[in-house]
Amino acid sequence: MGDISKPVRRFDAPEKIMGTARYVDDYFEEEMLFVRIVRSTRPRARIKSIKLPKLPSGYCVVDKNDVPGENRIKMIFDDWPFFAEDVVNFYGEPILAIAGPDREKVYELSNAVKIEYEDIPPIYTIEESEENKRPPIFGENNLFADYFYEKGDPDGAFRDADQIVEEEFRTGFQEHIYLEPQGMIAKYEDGRITVFGSMQCPYYVKNALIKAFGFPEDRIRVVQTTTGGGFGGKEEYPSQIAGIAAFCAYKTGKTVKLVYDRAEDVEFTTKRHPSRIRIKGAIKDKRVVGIEVDIALNAGAYAGLSSVVLQRAMFAATGAYRIDNVRVLGKAFATNIVPLGAFRGFGAPQAIFAIETFMNHVAKKMGEDPVRFKLAHRYKKGDTTATGGLLRSEVRLPEITEKIIEMSEYYEKKKQKEKDGKLYGIGFSMFLHGCGFTGNGEEVLKSIARLKKRKDDKVEILISNVEMGQGPQTTLRKVVAQVLGIPMEDVIYENPDTDKVPDSGPTVASRTAMIVGGLLYRVAKELKEKWKEGEEVVVEKQYRHPEYIKWDQSTFKGDAYPEYSWGANVIEVEVDPLTYEIEVKKAYAVFDLGTPLDKKIIEGQIHGGMLQGIGYATLEVMEFENGRFKQRTITDYIIPTAMDAPLFETDLVVEPYKNGPFGAKCAGELTLVGAAPAVCAAVEDALGINLYEIPIRPEKLLVLMNKEDN
Amino acid sequence: MKIEFILNGKKVEVNTDPARRLLDVLREDFGLIGVKEGCGEGECGACAVLIDGKIVHSCLVPVGNVKGKEVTTIEGLKDTEEYKVIHESFLDAGSVQCGFCTPGFVMATYALLKENPQPHEDDIRKAISGNLCRCTGYSMIIDGVKLAAKRGEKLWKD
Repeated sequence: MGDISKPVRRFDAPEKIMGTARYVDDYFEEEMLFVRIVRSTRPRARIKSIKLPKLPSGYCVVDKNDVPGENRIKMIFDDWPFFAEDVVNFYGEPILAIAGPDREKVYELSNAVKIEYEDIPPIYTIEESEENKRPPIFGENNLFADYFYEKGDPDGAFRDADQIVEEEFRTGFQEHIYLEPQGMIAKYEDGRITVFGSMQCPYYVKNALIKAFGFPEDRIRVVQTTTGGGFGGKEEYPSQIAGIAAFCAYKTGKTVKLVYDRAEDVEFTTKRHPSRIRIKGAIKDKRVVGIEVDIALNAGAYAGLSSVVLQRAMFAATGAYRIDNVRVLGKAFATNIVPLGAFRGFGAPQAIFAIETFMNHVAKKMGEDPVRFKLAHRYKKGDTTATGGLLRSEVRLPEITEKIIEMSEYYEKKKQKEKDGKLYGIGFSMFLHGCGFTGNGEEVLKSIARLKKRKDDKVEILISNVEMGQGPQTTLRKVVAQVLGIPMEDVIYENPDTDKVPDSGPTVASRTAMIVGGLLYRVAKELKEKWKEGEEVVVEKQYRHPEYIKWDQSTFKGDAYPEYSWGANVIEVEVDPLTYEIEVKKAYAVFDLGTPLDKKIIEGQIHGGMLQGIGYATLEVMEFENGRFKQRTITDYIIPTAMDAPLFETDLVVEPYKNGPFGAKCAGELTLVGAAPAVCAAVEDALGINLYEIPIRPEKLLVLMNKEDN
Repeated sequence: MKIEFILNGKKVEVNTDPARRLLDVLREDFGLIGVKEGCGEGECGACAVLIDGKIVHSCLVPVGNVKGKEVTTIEGLKDTEEYKVIHESFLDAGSVQCGFCTPGFVMATYALLKENPQPHEDDIRKAISGNLCRCTGYSMIIDGVKLAAKRGEKLWKD
């Protein structure tokens, strides 16, 4: 690891520590209007009538009739309306909004709106959606996406198998709980709409507003404000808020603020898709030689990004393992739940939990040690992935595994069954993550990055990717400064404003460092050649996938990703023998995420990602009952505190990617995907049973263990 | 209703509904944006302030309750030597990511070290357990607190 990896102080940190960094809610203006959304109180119904309270002067109602262009949030299928039209499809769907100068009054008025509904039989679960016995929500069969791919001869593998193992796995909802709730401020001035707010993807918001207003692009401006965490939750959802705020600004001509309170944010924004994953493995000579993975996602009321989430889940279906005969099926089901969406990992956490837990179970069945069993199946350089893509780089899983086994003293601890009166367990996971957009995403995007060298010899980074905590304000400055050989302080990187920056794509898919950083690296190389002291020089480049990447989006064949990061996790747990409460005591990680662009920032990503994955497996329970979530605040929906967090021990193995800046690969999502299966394996080890579901809840363990006893 | 209190060392007076949340009065009437609203129900600690030296979630305090008391926000701490030590320590330990929770953690760190200048890891975990962070996994915040305890050794004992 060279100079680039050496930690520096973060550029964004001083203002954040002092409390002077301005998040969206920290902007105040005289004569600013507040907005409250009036939402459906039915999971599925036809709107029969709406009765409004008498509005005092200065207050107004904004609804579907106030959308100047199309009442659809631009995404993939564009089926999601800003405001419900005749039908509501989930509890909390926006129907109208009330804007006015006094926040309390706006709340009072919005509570006084009376809506009459005619209920339509709702659909909540994957099974209800699959049965299709009620009027479908989407199309004729409730399917937002229905995909399939194959490799080798899976039928032959099952025919010739010594044994076939079939299991079914379930994963739950997960809510992002970024600490800063979502929000936007909108203005309409001189014929232009400007929106400021908390977001990951300024151009997603801009494109959504272009469609919603029917304006030419120069009449829409989007500016990111300092963003207090995203984790995918601020990928597609901010367009919903931006639209409503902008419609209110357009109608009133005033500056409008729409900031969600935590309860709204927990209950009505996107979350991680619950899944049902069925795996059937063909076993021959104690090895998995064929596999069929059938993935069903509960996608919620509108398509959103579910089709792409499903694709990533499907491409991760065989995990880090070479299995030559593969069939993967995937469906995203429409239900009357808030649309499920992007969340760190984007479908991979569900798939990796299932395949890892399956491999553990098969290993145990074969009487083999799971670590050795997994190593025997792991990918090697030159292998082809499940989609037939070529692994061109060294796959350093043996080294990663060796390090983590040694660091965690895995085998010594594996013998232990009790600790301080608690049941003790240790679990291992091995996994990969595809870097950057799935499939042909990067080719469609054609991101542009620009550097502007000013007359004062300072250099501006002009990209649309955002700092939301993950560190690009620091890491990308480092990349540019190091290529140019100038001090980092001479590199300027402000929160993106679509009037100033080109579209370098969204801040998602762990693509900012590797894809956009790689592009900036090449732009900086060229700028260095064209550098003229005291003069302005602008260089920009458009991203192209390396020539050797081959992908067919219609058959899902080829290189689903240009490169992969790899990792292994070990988790130690203690389980209370009476209550079955789980304490995660230690978390170990070894990753190959290429060259770290800053060791400290990467360390922070690892801890944070793993704790989110540990929460996903244990504390973070979100239940849907009678058309609503039971957990609607952060008093009910629990995320780990400092008392719940384990001690972390981490290390890196570096296999650089030649097109990443200084060899960097993807990092942000990789850190989350392996934690849940390692926790599950540890709890299984502690209790001596097999588990098939996350979150792992003490009350369910109690029932399971009582069954075991009988 | 007129409510007088000491805010960041200065005597102030507000004429407002005593049931209004202290959080809103600090942010809206005094522009103290370092006090953040993360949940509004006393779970996250982003709105933490000191009232007579004790750490409190300002979203749970009606402003009427601080009458005659001393309220300190991050803005009031900013020029103290103690703050500077915490600031530098958080920078060096990598304690900050998205930053929304950070001022709250600074307040909790200050309150802890004032009471317990040489805390053990468990003391630190307990002291910051009223503050939620979704980015860091807490480890590097704990490192920041330890570093501040070490670097500010004499300061905390005064």
